[in-house]
Amino acid sequence: MVPTRRQLLASGAAAATIAPLSRARAQANTVKIGVLTDMSGTYRDNTGPTSVACTKEAVVEFGASHGFAVEVLDADHQNKPDVGANIARQWYDQGVDLILDVPTSSVGLAVNQIAKEKNKAYINSGSATADLTGPQCGPTTIHWTYDTYMLAKSTGGAMVRAGGDTWYFITADYAFGHALERDTAAFVRAAGGRILGGVRTPFPGTSDFSSFLLQAQAARPKVIGLANAGGDTANCVKQAAEFGTTRGGIKLAALLLFLNDIHGIGLQTAKGLICTETFYWTRDDKTRAWTQRIAARTPNNYPNMIHAGCYSATLHFLKTVADMGVAAAKASGVDLVNRMKARPSEDDLFGRCDIRADGRRLMPSYLLEVKSPQESTGPWDYYKLLQTTPANEAFRPLSEGGCPLVRG
Amino acid sequence: MDEIFGIPAPLLFGQLLLGLINGAFYAMLSLGLAVIFGLLNIINFTHGAQFMMGAFVAWMLLAWAGVGYWGALILAPLIVGATGVVIERLMISRLYKLDHLYGLLLTFGIGLIVEGVFRNYFGSSGLPYRIPDALQGAWDLGFMFLPIYRGWVVVFSLVICLATWLVIEKTRLGAYLRAATENAPLVQAFGVNVPRMITLTYGAGVALAALAGVLAAPIYSVNPQMGTNLIIIVFAVVVIGGMGSILGSVLTGFGLGVVEGMTKVFWPEASSTVIFVIMAIVLLTRPAGLFGRA
Repeated sequence: MVPTRRQLLASGAAAATIAPLSRARAQANTVKIGVLTDMSGTYRDNTGPTSVACTKEAVVEFGASHGFAVEVLDADHQNKPDVGANIARQWYDQGVDLILDVPTSSVGLAVNQIAKEKNKAYINSGSATADLTGPQCGPTTIHWTYDTYMLAKSTGGAMVRAGGDTWYFITADYAFGHALERDTAAFVRAAGGRILGGVRTPFPGTSDFSSFLLQAQAARPKVIGLANAGGDTANCVKQAAEFGTTRGGIKLAALLLFLNDIHGIGLQTAKGLICTETFYWTRDDKTRAWTQRIAARTPNNYPNMIHAGCYSATLHFLKTVADMGVAAAKASGVDLVNRMKARPSEDDLFGRCDIRADGRRLMPSYLLEVKSPQESTGPWDYYKLLQTTPANEAFRPLSEGGCPLVRG
Repeated sequence: MDEIFGIPAPLLFGQLLLGLINGAFYAMLSLGLAVIFGLLNIINFTHGAQFMMGAFVAWMLLAWAGVGYWGALILAPLIVGATGVVIERLMISRLYKLDHLYGLLLTFGIGLIVEGVFRNYFGSSGLPYRIPDALQGAWDLGFMFLPIYRGWVVVFSLVICLATWLVIEKTRLGAYLRAATENAPLVQAFGVNVPRMITLTYGAGVALAALAGVLAAPIYSVNPQMGTNLIIIVFAVVVIGGMGSILGSVLTGFGLGVVEGMTKVFWPEASSTVIFVIMAIVLLTRPAGLFGRA
């Protein structure tokens, strides 16, 4: 018998209702982690596929014996807040339990709002803006790896101590650059230094910084603060070398610089720069062993602090879910995040780290100097440690952030 | 110290010079686009990717084959130009009878694919490429510190632009090319192999983009996005100068480089927008462009 069109429609409709039911049953016992990151733009190597690889490594190491399955999704937010917000909304609606990474502060802040609105967990490893645990802090958000305040205190503070008391800023013209400039300027002023001026460069889309460097030079500061990241910082450092910006004793402060940026600049040009990370892979045997496991997944890109943060955050999230049960974890993002804050995270990369009420995870920060080609002993061996700031001093004090969660 | 508009004169001169340097890149890239558009009527959106390929091929030649900058200056345009010839033969040649839009979509798509492939293999942080030893160092001009390499870029690209213009406007080959644009069947009837000429023209336009890429490699980090950042501006340059006008695109390239450089002093935040504002004004007042024929 040939089915009529009506019968076909009816059976189709029936199938359509059965399928979601069975899918829903499978979903109830599957925890989903969405890595929302930059897969195609300037921050791809600093975050991107290596963040995804680290998340997956954590899932593998966590193991499958906890009575629930774990699925890792990834998407490219193209460094655009509207694109990132759309994906976040869609993911949370489709049952994603945690959104992770989210570099680019403007996107990081946009997703923060959506996590709050949807009552879902959000761990940011990739963005720098300290506003995530300040005025814009949320009950569903943890800021995992670093922030502008900690960078400013470590790198900015070190430059001022070394005698750099007059500054000029080259700042990427968006949320991150503004926050980094603001936090660094505060440290410089507090130490008795002066800010001589600054220039805001369009982001994204600026590749020639020579003109801005020339303006900075004309102001005759002792330090030029680069409040930018990724390829922008790399281009600034290269072009500063080319134009002899540092000839007259002016020092460059790359306020945010990752291992991967140094790889792109080359040690010959980057040597002697100082920067700050909360993780560097050559720190001890455990971090080296872990890095070799990650390098097997992404051989052309070694992990920086953001990547290590994605690994560490995933482990802590999964432990907490195993602890409170999948159903309870899915029911409320606020409860889940409160449970995550209630116990310290613990892993081979960062050790034991407390998470504060405002969502700030606390860990030591490392002031690092880029090695010269002669000092480097192998591939990706770029850092020597200058100084460690302990966890309780590295980040902004709880009372100064202005986070409503703390006041209320 | 003398001041002009409240800006110290040395700083202003420095910015003028930097504007010229950036203008040199705009000019070389828009030149290739203008040649291709003028003779093939194709809006080549792959141009940015081909610029990037030029830089990458230079890097590959050095890292994998030990061929230095000077060799790359000749080889990279030839290699990338050859890929252009293949693309023209296999794909673009099928679109000549269709609307411009199809060529635009095809070349845009090819550009995206090429960039994606490079990003997949080389990441986005970029690769270092050293300035050749002969061009290391800088001149102290008093008002600024000019890296010798940047000076070389300006001079070299001026020579290339002039040479291209001479070939097209003053030689027999150029006359054939121009005639073929006006009336291809007639030129073919005189025994000139027009399809082959068009293929080689596309290859030459692509080679110009690759040449600019080699020039850019020591300045910018060699990364897959390097063309994307530039190509939009270069299209604006071509539109302002007048589609297909070779001299127009060269003059506009240098001119807009200077305008952009000045904007970086007076209103840095607007420096990425100023060229598009000019484009809008030009389109409203002279739709064919400053040097175009209506």
